[in-house]
Amino acid sequence: MKNRSLVTIAGHSREKIEYLIKMAQEFERHPNRRLLAGKVVATLFFEPSTRTRLSFETAANRLGARVIGFADPKVTSGTKGETLKDTIMMVSNYADVIVMRHYLEGAALYASEVAPVPIVNAGDGANQHPSQTMLDLYTIYQTQGTLDNLNIYMVGDLKYGRTVHSLLMAMRHFNPTFHFIAPDELAMPAAYKRYCEEQGISYVEHQDFDADTISGADILYMTRVQKERFADLMEYERVKDRYLLKKDMLCKARENMKILHPLPRVNEIEYSIDDTPYAYYFQQAQNGLYARQALICDVLGITLDDVIKDNTIYQ
Amino acid sequence: MNKKEMMVAAIENGTVLDHIPSERLFDVVSLLHLDKMSNAITIGYNLKSAAMGTKSIIKIADKYFTPEELNQLSVVAPDITLCVIKDYEIIEKRPVIMPEELVGIVRCPNPKCITNNEPMRTRFRSVTADKEVIRCCYCNRDVKRTDVRIVE
Repeated sequence: MKNRSLVTIAGHSREKIEYLIKMAQEFERHPNRRLLAGKVVATLFFEPSTRTRLSFETAANRLGARVIGFADPKVTSGTKGETLKDTIMMVSNYADVIVMRHYLEGAALYASEVAPVPIVNAGDGANQHPSQTMLDLYTIYQTQGTLDNLNIYMVGDLKYGRTVHSLLMAMRHFNPTFHFIAPDELAMPAAYKRYCEEQGISYVEHQDFDADTISGADILYMTRVQKERFADLMEYERVKDRYLLKKDMLCKARENMKILHPLPRVNEIEYSIDDTPYAYYFQQAQNGLYARQALICDVLGITLDDVIKDNTIYQ
Repeated sequence: MNKKEMMVAAIENGTVLDHIPSERLFDVVSLLHLDKMSNAITIGYNLKSAAMGTKSIIKIADKYFTPEELNQLSVVAPDITLCVIKDYEIIEKRPVIMPEELVGIVRCPNPKCITNNEPMRTRFRSVTADKEVIRCCYCNRDVKRTDVRIVE
C-alpha cells in the first residue's frame, strides 16, 4: 500500500493544496461527524506542545475516532533507551494513524519509512510543521477569497521561524509578493531568499516597521522575537520593541488586511488590536481544527468526495 | 614507464585507484573496507603530482569492485581515476559517478538530525547540478562536498 503519510507540504502541488482547502471547508461547515468511527488515532508527543496536541485530538474526537497517546515524553520508553522505530512499531499495532511531534529533525520522515500506518507530522524539531502551514493557507484563503497574487508581510523572527519558512515555500504556486520585516540578527536566511529567486517570487526587505511600510499588506504575519535567539542581549534590548504591532500603525491598512500569528503571542500584538476587524489570529487557531480534520482524513485515504457525500454528520 | 610511477609497485591483476586527494585517502580506505581485507594492498601517500600538488594512490591486488562500491567514493574523491588491471595491462579506465542518493556514506553534521540519534542509515541527495552541495533527506541540512565527513 502506498504510504500516505504527511511529512511536509513543501512538495505539495497547487492542486493538492486547493483540494485540502476544499476538504477543510467541508469540515468548517460540519465539524461533527462519525467519519472516523471505529478508528484509533495515536498522538505521540515526544516534545510537549499543548496547543497542537489539543487541536489534533479535537479534530480526531469530532470525527468520532478514539484517541490514545502521550503528551509528555517523560512517560515513554524513550527515556529507557527505546528507539523511535521500536516505539512507532509498537504503536502501529494499536492505532490506524499516528500523529507525532518530535524534537529531532527528520524524525517524521524516518517514522513514515518504518511505520506500517500513516504518520502525520505535528512538528519535527526546527524542520517541518505542515499542519500549521495548512491552517495558515486555509486562513489566508478564507480571509482573502483566494491565494493568488497576495502581498504577504512577515514580521519578527524570520531566521528561526519555522512557520514563515514553510508558508513561504507552500505559497510558491500562487504568485505572492513577500515583504520581510526583521532585525538584522533575525533576517530571512539567504537560502530562502534564493528559493524565492529560483521560484520567481518577488520580495522586499524592510528594517522599518510602521504604518507606511505595512499599508500595502493583505496579510500581516506576525511572529515573536525571542530573547534566547540573541547572542548579544544589548542588541535584543535595542530591537525588541521595534517589531511590536501597535493599534495606531493600522491607520493606513487595507480594508481586507488580516493579522495572523501562529501563537502564543507575548506582547508583539497590542491587546487593543484584538477588537479590530484586522485581528484574525484566534480564528486562525480555530481553523487548525478543520485543517487537521482534513489532513487526518487525507492520510487515511478518505477523499473529498467521501467527505462531501458523508452522511454521518450530527449537530 | 618512468621512475615516478614505479614508486608504487605495479600489480598483475586487480584495481588501481589514482588521483586520490591525500586528505581523503583514509576516507577511501574506510569506504572500501580495505582495512578488513586480506588482499595485498599497496598505498602511496602524499606522492608528488603535477596536476594536484600531492596525491595518493591505492593498488589492490586480485580485487575488482562493483560500480556501487566505487561510486560511493565520488563524494570524497570525485576526480579519482579508476583502472582495472589484468596481466599488468589496464583493461578498463573509468571515472566514478555520484549516485542519485548517497545511502549510509555521509554523516549529517546536524546533531539534532534523527540520523545521529537512531540506529539507521543516512541519506543524502545532491542539491546543485555540479554536485558540490548535498542535502540530508531527513533534516534538510546542506553540506558542502568538501566538508563531508563519512560515517564511521
